[in-house]
Amino acid sequence: MNTTTVAVAPSATAAAGPARSTTPAPRRRSSTRKRLELALLLLPSTVLFVAFVFLPLIAAVYYSLFDWSGFGPLIDFVGLDNYTQALTDPTFQAAIGHNLFIVFASLIVQLPLSIALALLLHGRIRGRTGLRLLVFTPYVLSEAVTAVIWLSLLQPNGAVDGLLRGVGLGDFVQLWLGDGNVVMFTLFAVITWKYIGFGIILFLAGLQGVPEELREAASIDGASGWQTTRMIVIPLLGPTIRIWAFLSIIGSLQLFDIVWIMTLGGPAGSSTTMASYLIDRGFRRYEFGYGSAVAIILFVFCFVFALFYQRFALRRDTQGALTGRVE
Amino acid sequence: MKNTRTITRSVAAVTAVAALAAISGCSGDSGDTVDGVTTLTFWHNGTADPILSIWQDAVDAYEDENPNIKIDVQPIQNEDFSTKIPLALSSDDPPDIYFNQGGGLLATQVQSGQVADITDLTKDWIGDVGPAAGNWQVEGAQYGVPYAMQLVGFWYRTDLFEQAGIEGTPTTMDELTEDIEKLKDADITPIAVGGKDRWPDAFYYNTFAVRECGEDVLKESLAAVDLSDECFTKAGQDVIDFIASEPFQDGFNGTPAQEGSGSSAGLVASGDAAMELQGTWDKSVMQGLTDTDLNPLLGWFPFPSVDGDGDPSATLGGGDGFSCTQKHVTECVDFLHYLSSADIQTKLVESQVVTIPVIEEATSAITDPVIQSIYDFNSEAAYVQTYFDIALPTGVGSALNDAVADLFAGKGTASSVPDAVAAAK
Repeated sequence: MNTTTVAVAPSATAAAGPARSTTPAPRRRSSTRKRLELALLLLPSTVLFVAFVFLPLIAAVYYSLFDWSGFGPLIDFVGLDNYTQALTDPTFQAAIGHNLFIVFASLIVQLPLSIALALLLHGRIRGRTGLRLLVFTPYVLSEAVTAVIWLSLLQPNGAVDGLLRGVGLGDFVQLWLGDGNVVMFTLFAVITWKYIGFGIILFLAGLQGVPEELREAASIDGASGWQTTRMIVIPLLGPTIRIWAFLSIIGSLQLFDIVWIMTLGGPAGSSTTMASYLIDRGFRRYEFGYGSAVAIILFVFCFVFALFYQRFALRRDTQGALTGRVE
Repeated sequence: MKNTRTITRSVAAVTAVAALAAISGCSGDSGDTVDGVTTLTFWHNGTADPILSIWQDAVDAYEDENPNIKIDVQPIQNEDFSTKIPLALSSDDPPDIYFNQGGGLLATQVQSGQVADITDLTKDWIGDVGPAAGNWQVEGAQYGVPYAMQLVGFWYRTDLFEQAGIEGTPTTMDELTEDIEKLKDADITPIAVGGKDRWPDAFYYNTFAVRECGEDVLKESLAAVDLSDECFTKAGQDVIDFIASEPFQDGFNGTPAQEGSGSSAGLVASGDAAMELQGTWDKSVMQGLTDTDLNPLLGWFPFPSVDGDGDPSATLGGGDGFSCTQKHVTECVDFLHYLSSADIQTKLVESQVVTIPVIEEATSAITDPVIQSIYDFNSEAAYVQTYFDIALPTGVGSALNDAVADLFAGKGTASSVPDAVAAAK
């Protein structure tokens, strides 16, 4: 590595112009230089992070202390009223419940399903590449496109109902988006359809890291296929499962696009999520102070969860498997 | 020592870059008058033809007549206005001309201090626009100019009415209920409603309130943001009773209003439902969703009379128009004057985008008998009440829509709409 750097550097300097050629050709990386290099490389992302994440966050905290319509000066200071109002609003409480429903349903349904499908697609089966492509396709679509497609498929007497009736399952037909008791399950099904491919790809990658020797050794010791999977493959997938769960939970807490396009949080608030509630209050009702408070609550939710998860679940992975795979 | 200096230096560099970004971000608005040519930005919601080309042609013609003006046209999806306008009005660089619907929404926007008071600049000709202009006034000052009036009434399929053996159109609630039964007997979905979008639900509550409340009570209550009069609770009960008669399509709470063939407009356009309570613009929306020529198939009738204090010839409606921001207000007003000219108005009427023009002369362009009947109804209407969600301050208006949508989903009581308004005030 070092030799190439040295070999390339002089020619590059020469090409850059004669003014630079006065500097001594052989360079040693002093610690100052290294720091400067680091600063230079970190600068763009630091600037972006501060300008587009950190400062807006501070601004939102500030706005959230005012009763503010988004127009005119911030004069009506209300302290923490917006926060208490949000946390006591039954619609927002229900929204938190809907987010938690998606969190747990994802863990209970999507996790086993994507592991099972990954195991299936990992084995030597005919048309493996085609199948992998097929399950991954929905993930490539944007959430908005997914939502628009399913919104039209799920209309009463639409394509989904037609299909169910066509195969004799007409009794299962529901008012998928029009019935408050059904709508969350419908949305969860659409989310699963969209994100299952992502889980599968992640677990397929994880399965590459399970050494073949271990499986062979197990089978020589007389372990059945299920035993091998249960005792060897799944534990070795641990880091992948933990990172999948992390991404899934954060995604579920921030759920917005699909809900907003398909139901706008309705009927009667029965599919409102924290994010759709905050957009609804902020932009539809012009309650920007209140909307900011809800945004901060959502942020705290995600941030606290992420910290705890990093501390207790991901810590043992960050040194080994996780960083190893990223490279 | 060395380390500290490096850190100081990198901090300085970060600050410099941030400052640079800030400067370049703000410098965008300084250069819109170059070589004597002023550039105006124009945001409208006509993203699809025919209205898209009408605005573009108007701008082209205006630029030819006024070589010192250049207009940068930016068509923006109607639903995006609610998010873009607040941000634009709190920035240093709002659009010079932008679409809005007047009423309480405009009053909320005026608080930003960016919307221009054009009372003096328009006083010579605003009278030509007629009573529609009143909806663009906030506390007596003019803050915009309308280009069209809209009414809310029932669009219906003449072929399906015939199929169900219905003669004429219903004029009372009882007749409407009878017609609904006849349509059901003929296996036709009587009414489509876009419940997902909530505001179409609110049309029912609003029109029932217009029928239940006397004009003075209605105007005073909305102005005071206080719907505690008994007639508003009666309207709530009317809505509950009407929903109980099951006139709507299956799963109406999940149906969008205007997007795609599964929307309520699409259901009427394809003949899968017989009626829809919608604004006058809905005909062009429906026509956009089908290849069938709807001209001979669509009829219109006003909301039937109800046994209440309201005038049966009154109706719900509103308008579409444009407002100016402070920077180029004189140029903007001149352009708006041009848009309300008979020439442009006639084009809007001919394309059926606009049913009720704001300029009397343009009405001669109305050829369709159905459109003519809507126009006549409007001329004879006792008054046109602005949609409640636009008339009320924005937050309250949305709360009202939500409360009505809850009624449609079977949640709430006759008084829940007035209660929601009181809570959101």
